[in-house]
Amino acid sequence: MAGFDKRVQSYAQALEGLVDGMTVIAGGFGLCGIPENLIAQIRTLGVRDLTVVSNNCGIDDFGLGILLKGRQIRRMIASYVGENALFEQQLLSGELEVELTPQGTLAEKLRAGGAGIPAFYTATGVGTPVAEGKEERTFDGRRYVLERSITGDFAIVKGWKADWYGNVIYRHTAQNFNPLAATAGRITVVEVEEIVRPGELEPSTIHTPGIYVDRLIQGTFQKRIEQATTRSA
Amino acid sequence: MALTREQMAQRVARELRDGYYVNLGIGIPTLVANYIPAGIDVMLQSENGLLGMGPFPRPDELDADMINAGKQTVTARAGAAIFSSAESFAMIRGGHVDLTVLGAFEVDVSGSIASWMIPGKLVKGMGGAMDLVAGAENIIVVMTHASKAGESKLLPKCTLPLTGVGCVRRVLTDLAYLEIENGAFVLKERAPGVTVQYIKERTAGQLLVPDSVPEMQF
Repeated sequence: MAGFDKRVQSYAQALEGLVDGMTVIAGGFGLCGIPENLIAQIRTLGVRDLTVVSNNCGIDDFGLGILLKGRQIRRMIASYVGENALFEQQLLSGELEVELTPQGTLAEKLRAGGAGIPAFYTATGVGTPVAEGKEERTFDGRRYVLERSITGDFAIVKGWKADWYGNVIYRHTAQNFNPLAATAGRITVVEVEEIVRPGELEPSTIHTPGIYVDRLIQGTFQKRIEQATTRSA
Repeated sequence: MALTREQMAQRVARELRDGYYVNLGIGIPTLVANYIPAGIDVMLQSENGLLGMGPFPRPDELDADMINAGKQTVTARAGAAIFSSAESFAMIRGGHVDLTVLGAFEVDVSGSIASWMIPGKLVKGMGGAMDLVAGAENIIVVMTHASKAGESKLLPKCTLPLTGVGCVRRVLTDLAYLEIENGAFVLKERAPGVTVQYIKERTAGQLLVPDSVPEMQF
C-alpha cells in the first residue's frame, strides 16, 4: 500500500485488527446497501462481544443476522429490529442487549460522531422512554434532549464504485446510513462493486471523500431483496 | 358503517395540497398514495433517503438498491432525489416535510401519541416515527377508533409509552375525523351511517360535538 491507495487484497486484510469487544458501525437499511461480505468476514473471524451499530440487524440467515447466529453480538444499537427471530430469542434470554434509538437520532449520532461533535440537542424523543435519564434543555420555548454521538473501532460500508483513493459513490437508496458510518469509524473499511483508477470519477459526484476511508476492497454481492413488490407491466 | 381501509386512505388524501412534500407511514397511510386527487402533484418522502417515490417497479425493473422505508422495492419518479439517512432526517427534523401521515395505538386530548411499544410484547423499535412526530407541524394520525373489544384508543391520557408529546392535531379513525383543540377531541366529520352517539360511546377522551357534524361522502 502506498500513498493514498486504500486497496487491500483480501477480506482478511480488510478487517485485520478487529478483536473481541470492539464497536462496529455498519451501513445499510434492511438488506439494502449492507456490507454483506465484510459481515461474512466477521462471522469467519469469530470475534465476540461486539457492539454493533446499525439501523437494522439483518434477517436470520443474511446480513448482521449471521452474527447473531454466531452469538457474536453483545449489544445492538438500532432503530428497528423486527425481521429476526434469533434476535428475539437472544434478547429474551439476556444474551443480547439492545438500545433502541430513533432512526434520525441514530443517523445524527453517526454524523456528529464523524464530525467531532460529542453530543447534540434534538426534539426527537422528548417525553418518551428514549429521553429517560438524559439531560434536557429548553430553547425558544421548546424542549430538547441531549444525545451523545457515536464513533466506532471499525465502520463497515458498502459502496457502488470507488477509486483507489477511497472516494466512494453509492447507488440509489443503497446510500442510506453508509456515508454516515464511513465518517464515524476509527478504521473505515469500504467494499464496492467496482474499483476504478483515480480520475475516472467526477469529483463533484463523490458521496464519501477518500479522507474517511482506510481500506477498500472489491467484492461480489448477492444483494438480496427483502420484499420484492412489483406492479404488472 | 365504519370506513374501510381504502376509504380511510381516500379521506386522508383529501388533505393533500398541490406542491406538498409528504411522508406516509406503513399500513393504511401507504394506501393514501393511491388516492392523490386529480390535478395536484405531491412528492412522497421515504425516510431511508428518497424524495419522489414512484410506483412499484415492473418485474423487469426490480432493483435491490431501490427500496422504500417499508423495505419494499419501489421506483423513483421523474424529479426525484436520493440522499443519505442524515439528509433525510434533516428534512424531517427541520420541519421541511409538509404533511406526515402515520398510524398509532393511542392518541390523547393533549395531542400525545403512542405508536411503538406495548409493554410485555416484543419491542421491534420506533424506526423513524419519533423523528417524524417531533419534526412535523402537520400530522394526521390514522387508526381504528376502538379496539376489537370496544376499548377506545382516543384517550384522556395515553397509557402506553409515548412516541411524541403534544404533537398531533388531526386524527382520522374508521368512525370519524377529529381535530384536537384546547385539550379535547372536536368531532368534525363522521363515517357514513355512524351516529354521533356511537362515536361518543367509543371516545374516552373529552369529545366536543359541534351543532352540525357532516357525514363523509365517498
